[in-house]
Amino acid sequence: MKKTLLLLIFSFLLPKIYAQEYFPNNEGVPNKNTNFTAFTNAKIYVSPTQVIEKGTLIVQNGKVIATGTNIEIPKNCTTVNLEGKSIYPSFIDMYSSFGIEKPKRNTERNPLYDTKRTGFYWNESIRSEVNAYENFTYDEKKAEELLKAGFGVVGSHVPNGIARGTGTLIALNNFDKSSQLLSDKITNHFAFTKSPTTNQAYPSSLMGMMALLRQMYFDLDWYKKGNATNKDLSLEALSNNEKLIQIFASEDKLNSLRASKIAKEFGLNYVLKGNGNEFERIQEIKKTNAKFIIPIDFPAAYDVSDPNQADQMELKDLRFWNQAPTNLKILSDNGIVFALTTDKLKKIEDFRTNLLKAIKYGFDKTKALEALTTIPAAILGKSNEIGTLKTGSLANFVITSGEIFDEKTTLYENWVQGNKFVVNDMTTKDIRGNYDLTIDNEKFKWKIDGEIAAPKSEITTTDSKKIKSKLTMSNNWLSTVVKPNDTLKTNFTRLIGYVENTQDLSGKAVLFNGSEVKWTATKTAPFVKTADSTKVEKNNRLMPITFPNVAYGNLEKPQAQTLLFKNATVWTNEKEGILEETDVLIKNGKIAFIGKNISDASATIIDAKGKHLTSGIIDEHSHIAISNGVNEGGHNSSAEVTIQDVVNSEDINIYRDLAGGVTISHLLHGSANPIGGRSAIVKWKWGASAEEMLYKDQPGFIKFALGENVKQANWGITNPTRFPQTRMGVEQVFTDYFQRAKEYDLAWKKYNSSGKKGKEKAPRVDLELQTLAEILNKERFITCHSYVQSEILMLMNVADKFNFKVNTFTHILEGYKVADKMKEHGVGASTFSDWWAYKFEVNDAIPFNGPIMHNAGIVVAYNSDDAEMSRRLNQEAAKAVKYGNISEEDAWKFVTLNPAKLLHIDNKVGSIKVGKDADVVLWNNNPLSIYAKAEKTLIEGVVYYDSKKDEENRIAIAKERNELIGQLLQEKNKGMTTQQPKKTEKVAYHCDTMEE
Amino acid sequence: MMNKKIYLLLLVFSISILTKAQQTPAAAQSKSVLIMNATAHLGNGKVIENSAIGFVDGKINLVADATLIRLAKDAYDITIDAGGKHIYPGFIAPNSTLGLVEIDAVKSSDDEGEIGEMKPHIRSIIAYTADSKVIETVRPNGILMAQITPREGRISGTSSIVQLDAWNWKDALIKENDGIHLNFPATFKRSGSWFEPGGIEANKDYSKQIAELASFLADAKAYLGASSKERNLVLEATKGLFDGSQTLFINANDEKQITDAVQFSKENGIKKMVIVGGYEAYKVGELLQKNNVGVFLRRVHEMPENDDDDIDLPYKAAKLLTDKGVVVGLENSGSHERMNTRNLPFLAGTCAAYGLDKEEALKLITSNTAKLLGIDAQCGTLEQGKDATLFISEGDALDMRTNKLTNAFIQGRMISLETHQTKLNDRYKKKYNQK
Repeated sequence: MKKTLLLLIFSFLLPKIYAQEYFPNNEGVPNKNTNFTAFTNAKIYVSPTQVIEKGTLIVQNGKVIATGTNIEIPKNCTTVNLEGKSIYPSFIDMYSSFGIEKPKRNTERNPLYDTKRTGFYWNESIRSEVNAYENFTYDEKKAEELLKAGFGVVGSHVPNGIARGTGTLIALNNFDKSSQLLSDKITNHFAFTKSPTTNQAYPSSLMGMMALLRQMYFDLDWYKKGNATNKDLSLEALSNNEKLIQIFASEDKLNSLRASKIAKEFGLNYVLKGNGNEFERIQEIKKTNAKFIIPIDFPAAYDVSDPNQADQMELKDLRFWNQAPTNLKILSDNGIVFALTTDKLKKIEDFRTNLLKAIKYGFDKTKALEALTTIPAAILGKSNEIGTLKTGSLANFVITSGEIFDEKTTLYENWVQGNKFVVNDMTTKDIRGNYDLTIDNEKFKWKIDGEIAAPKSEITTTDSKKIKSKLTMSNNWLSTVVKPNDTLKTNFTRLIGYVENTQDLSGKAVLFNGSEVKWTATKTAPFVKTADSTKVEKNNRLMPITFPNVAYGNLEKPQAQTLLFKNATVWTNEKEGILEETDVLIKNGKIAFIGKNISDASATIIDAKGKHLTSGIIDEHSHIAISNGVNEGGHNSSAEVTIQDVVNSEDINIYRDLAGGVTISHLLHGSANPIGGRSAIVKWKWGASAEEMLYKDQPGFIKFALGENVKQANWGITNPTRFPQTRMGVEQVFTDYFQRAKEYDLAWKKYNSSGKKGKEKAPRVDLELQTLAEILNKERFITCHSYVQSEILMLMNVADKFNFKVNTFTHILEGYKVADKMKEHGVGASTFSDWWAYKFEVNDAIPFNGPIMHNAGIVVAYNSDDAEMSRRLNQEAAKAVKYGNISEEDAWKFVTLNPAKLLHIDNKVGSIKVGKDADVVLWNNNPLSIYAKAEKTLIEGVVYYDSKKDEENRIAIAKERNELIGQLLQEKNKGMTTQQPKKTEKVAYHCDTMEE
Repeated sequence: MMNKKIYLLLLVFSISILTKAQQTPAAAQSKSVLIMNATAHLGNGKVIENSAIGFVDGKINLVADATLIRLAKDAYDITIDAGGKHIYPGFIAPNSTLGLVEIDAVKSSDDEGEIGEMKPHIRSIIAYTADSKVIETVRPNGILMAQITPREGRISGTSSIVQLDAWNWKDALIKENDGIHLNFPATFKRSGSWFEPGGIEANKDYSKQIAELASFLADAKAYLGASSKERNLVLEATKGLFDGSQTLFINANDEKQITDAVQFSKENGIKKMVIVGGYEAYKVGELLQKNNVGVFLRRVHEMPENDDDDIDLPYKAAKLLTDKGVVVGLENSGSHERMNTRNLPFLAGTCAAYGLDKEEALKLITSNTAKLLGIDAQCGTLEQGKDATLFISEGDALDMRTNKLTNAFIQGRMISLETHQTKLNDRYKKKYNQK
């Protein structure tokens, strides 16, 4: 079968080979075909919205000459009658790595810190100098797969690194090499993927990639202005390719928002290549105003037949399987402009299957055609050449038996630049019908039905016994293989014959013993198309999308309420102390009134008698809800990165924190390097977007770190090369960076005050030094990971030298040893209640640390640095009572008001005071008690956690899982391909987590 | 060069840590003690509001309601008035590595896991550092006994049970070689390589790994059944599993593993088994109850495994299992496990917050644990004839606000509640003139 197909292709290929006129020809006499080809009587989709019934399409020299109804056909013209058939512009996949070798992974285990390349950007993931066309080898086999799926043109790039260089545009012309390249450089590519070919340590995190991109754009600007003394081919390429279409492979809904954020900052216009989960955050996706390239690699159904394995699957994955086919419809309904891609598909042939599925789930057919033709053409700025069949366009089109997105439709031919590629032979004669078959005088009944190109055979004996047979048509040769059957007189194994007419068939039959006899078949009845026998499969019931689209997500984003808590024990954290039997009114997101016997007609009353109302817990040191890496450990300083870039609004730990009464967290960079990254203060508005969760007008913070982690003491590196490896070196890192930051700041101040008006050149923007300068200018606070007394004193010493104050020492397990010095410096402490013994440097950590520092007049907070502990910080606060005899009222402040003070947000949160944000928690018990449970957690008057609703959620989750598993089982029973269940990996970030 | 230096440095420091003065173990009880008027939580579910608890020669000889008895004035040498306070049996930490590792990140201080797969002959007790600085910090929170357990491999080795105030491991022993620890094959495992990690997929070798274990035990039985032979130390070490003198502690968490583990033990002639971990044990409560298999529930203060799980599943698991009639104890292995041992009472407290009666919750770290460890004749409750291993707390010992020990006794010896941490506290409070 394969061989005949190959032969077939070859036979079409041979006479068509030609080259450009100025190319030498050593293969024969030039045989240039300048004839016209006319396709008549076809339904022609000139574009998705312009359709000609019974029209004519004329092509010549690879281009469309004319389309229309009353067109005169030129004399030197071959005419193809396409009665009953349709012509569509062929598809465009603007995002692929067609013809590009997969980058080989660098398997060197020891990290490289500084690049060894010369003449390029300092980071090896910036590969903007790469051009796809120079790395390109036309892949005929892959092209055939694409041609069969209806594609005529593909964009291709080298999928390696963060800046990946230019992409090229290729016509899938298997006949003429010299015409394949449509554009050498048409796109410029970016992604949040570190280059696999380098072992350079930086960037090791998503936030590092974002910072690197920003710095790259600043450096580009600076380089263009002629400031550099070196030659940087990466930046030069970036500069030269600025006018190209900039494609960013964000590959995720949240990453699309992140890429779009960078685009906005630099006035760029990225076309975002998504991953199919856009529908989960469609409002935010829509707000990017970006155009998208969308894959349709819907997950295969999970094989949940083993309940034990099925139990390990998470609702979000089950749900994604159910909802993924609606992505295109939802994107389209929201007016988002997007092109489709075959990227990520295991087999190109799945493209059509999945697209038809999306259509079944409501995606409009015209939109589908646009997403494959006019939209990618327009995005690429090539509307005049590809994507339609307007006069002058490339003659790239497909011929089909009918409506292209109909399941029954056969794709016959895919023409690229006027060259025919046969997918299914449309000259195949229609032999379907009922026949009397005679083989060596024995009579049979023969019913042939199915599709023209793929007919089905059913042979029965006169006494109605069925004989198994399989019929194929190729080049109008009929061939039938028969399963030998002992009961027959004439036991034959194969029938073959050339089909001349479809009334009488004949040929030779090969018998079981190898001898040959003649066979004939006479049509007795024509083929009658039976009414669509295949049942129209019903779509699976779609599960509603929640915010976020995981278990415990909200069906609708919750709204602020007016609430009146009656008769609660109110822990004010103010001079009023703990008030018994007191009412608190929450209105417009604020605490409106505190007192006895309050009434408000508009308020929902909550009976809080016997219950405790407190301000929300603030976790001063947390690493939950962070996407792809908490540490940018690739450099010893990473002040340029910010956690605010990578807040993950979909993390279940947000909800769990709320259930533990946590309303605000300070999300910190890890402690892999002395100068870490900038932090994010977030309010856990479960369901909101990451941007909405960021604390408004938040003070700037940055994480610093000291001790074993920054000197890589426990990294297991055999030959360390990253400075510093001792505490002595750590001091020098700080001194050096602050000195440079000071000089940097001075240079900019000078430039801003006088230089700008004069002719002085602007200094280079350095995001790292800029951040450090903010510290010097008292515009940014340091939270420093610290353990032993020597290093604590050291950092305060460095700060004193540079005339600023350290804001917070976090961990600070030996703070009690230098409490007097800390008090003098004015630094706060955010510590663990009782951790110790996990490393050498915490050997003298004591659970009395917090109390001693508190009694010494230092603002003390207890933090978690741990996703699980975060939801029990009330218990941790109680340990101050246990170990240090701190009063309950003061101990409670360790996890509420004190962290608010350390974060400089106590003007709005941290206590129950009229006018402050209504971030409050209702507890069933004294909140410091081990028996306390949060019943309601509010942020700005919105109930984000309610224990009653939580119970309902659990029931709903079980119900939904059950229904989805039912759907999956049915899918398996229908014989659809399935995949093994998988478990979702849980990475809980701590300070020293190096994985992504 | 650098490395050597660090190594030397660490060595010097670790030696100095280990040789720093520890709390002196108390001498054997020479005077009888009577504790009066405390609320006694017996550990078996019962409470005596106004209690009289007396002990002599390390054994409890009186557990009574103070309002109902009369005692001669000199019946006891020492009388402690604990009015308003609470008295508890000493808490027990099973599946613990106390004394096997001093500092998590310092490899030279780490003796918790030997290399190899099938190692029943590896005995934790000989590596147990009785004067570990970590151990003295768990006592002031009421943890007075522990099962010292080796880690890693398929069969990680043999544990022993100790009391936590001793000069050396021999003196510390309550029960030597009490059990053998098995890490049951995982149902899911990671695919891919170190540089290109794949997803977590069903373990294709699961059945094969169980078969390997079964054949190991079959070999052991065959070996132990023969009369004259060349000695095989590995197989010999499993003897107690078949004669009922040792318990097989099987680490297993998901439903399938636990079900298979129960069947596995039955089929292979294991006399006593306990599930360790048991995250999904609540799903097979009936099976466990029917087969008389108890569970050491893994660290209660942990996140649910799956996003969909009830957010308080680990908190309420003890309640779910107890309701099905399963004997449940609490264990605390995991990150920072040794120093975290002192929070064992609060794990039980959390179980009480999430459904269990407080006295039932107390059993999780006292009588139930003693039962599962096979030492309930000697420890785990305040009952006559048992070890006088108990403590007095100012209030509810399961709540951190009130878990404040005034006295603690191990086998009648009043032990020191000082630690190097309290010493540092005293020293620095003095420095700052704090009270």
